[in-house]
Amino acid sequence: MMRRIVYFLPLALVAVLLGFFIVGLQKDPRKLPSVLLDRPVPAFTLAGLPGREGALTGPDELKGQVTLLNFFGSWCVACLQEHAMLKRIRAEGLAPLHGIAFKDQPEDTLRWLGRHGDPYDRVGYDTTNRIAIEFGITGAPETFVIDADGVIQYKHIGPITAQVWAETLRPLIEDLSTP
Amino acid sequence: MRPGNKQARTGTGAIARVVAGAAVALAVAVGAGSAGAVEPDEMLEDPALEERAREVSKDLRCVVCQNESIDESNADMARDMRLLVRDRLLEGDSNEEVKQYLVDRYGDYVLLRPPFKPTTYVLWFGPALILIGAVLAVVFSYRRKAAAPAAPPPLTDEEKAQLRTLLAERGEGAETTGKARADHTKPKARRGGRS
Repeated sequence: MMRRIVYFLPLALVAVLLGFFIVGLQKDPRKLPSVLLDRPVPAFTLAGLPGREGALTGPDELKGQVTLLNFFGSWCVACLQEHAMLKRIRAEGLAPLHGIAFKDQPEDTLRWLGRHGDPYDRVGYDTTNRIAIEFGITGAPETFVIDADGVIQYKHIGPITAQVWAETLRPLIEDLSTP
Repeated sequence: MRPGNKQARTGTGAIARVVAGAAVALAVAVGAGSAGAVEPDEMLEDPALEERAREVSKDLRCVVCQNESIDESNADMARDMRLLVRDRLLEGDSNEEVKQYLVDRYGDYVLLRPPFKPTTYVLWFGPALILIGAVLAVVFSYRRKAAAPAAPPPLTDEEKAQLRTLLAERGEGAETTGKARADHTKPKARRGGRS
C-alpha cells in the first residue's frame, strides 16, 4: 500500500506544479503589487499647470482627508477611456481627485483638459518620468487612494471602470473616511 | 580509404563553418551587449562613474518591457530610469543604494537577479532539493530491488495442477488466433517483396 502511494508521488508533484502554472499564467504580468502600500506618499515637488487654479506641488496637499491621486498624460489613450468615469467621480464629490500629468508638456496637458474636460481639484506636472518612478508606476493611468494621514492605502492600475469604482474604490474611501 | 578521407575532409569543413558562424554570432552578441541602449547624451563624463552606471543598469529590470534590463531597453521608461541611476550616482550613492532606491519603489521585481532572503529560499534551494530528492528516490528504489527476495515461494502441487488446466484451455484459444493472424500478414509480406 505504502509503495503504491510512493508511485503516485511524481504525479502529485506534477499536479501541484500545474496548479501553480494555471494560477500564475492567468495573472496579468503588468499588474504588480505596489510596495508603497501602507507607506506615506513619497516626497516630491511639482509645479502646477500655468494659468490653472489648484496646483499640486507636494505631499502636504495630500493630507487632511482621504484623496484620490490619478496619474495621467495627454499621450495616454487609456486615460481618455477613463476620463468620463473621473468626471463622474468628481461630480459625486466623495473625495478630492488630484492629478499628476507625467511625461507631458504643460501646454499639451492643458489642451487635453480643455478638450475633454477637467475633473481634477489639483494638478501637478512633470515633463519626465521621474515622478512616475518616485511612485513606482509602470504606466498610465494609475490611481492611488491616500488616507487623511497621507499614507497610501491602495493602488489601481489601468482605467477606473464603473465596476472598479462601485466595488472597490468607493467602499474603500467610505471606509477610510469614517474613523 | 579514399572515400573515407573525403568524408573526413567535408567533416572538418562543416565543423570549421560552424565554428566560424558561432564566432560571428558571438562577436555580434558581445558587440550588442557592450553598446546597450544607452544614448551618447545620457552618458556621464566620468568614465569610471559611467562604468558603474552600466553595471547597475544591467541588474535592473525595465518595468514596462519586463524581460529586459534598463541597459538593453529602448523604452522611454528605461531611459528615464537610466538617467535616474546616473543622477543618484552623481549624488554619491553607492551601487547598492541606487538599487535599493528603486527596490523601495518597485519592489524586488525591479531586480533581474532575485535577492537571497527567507521569502526567496524556495527559489534558490528548490532545484537542488528536487535533485537531491530524485537521487535519494533512485538510490532507495535500487536498494529495495536488491533486498527483495530473489524468487517467490514454489507452487504447491494443487496450484501446479490448476495452472496446467488453465494453460491447456488458453493454449487452444491462442493457437486459433495465432493462425488467423499469420494468414493475415502473409499477403502483405509478399506485396512488399515484389515492389
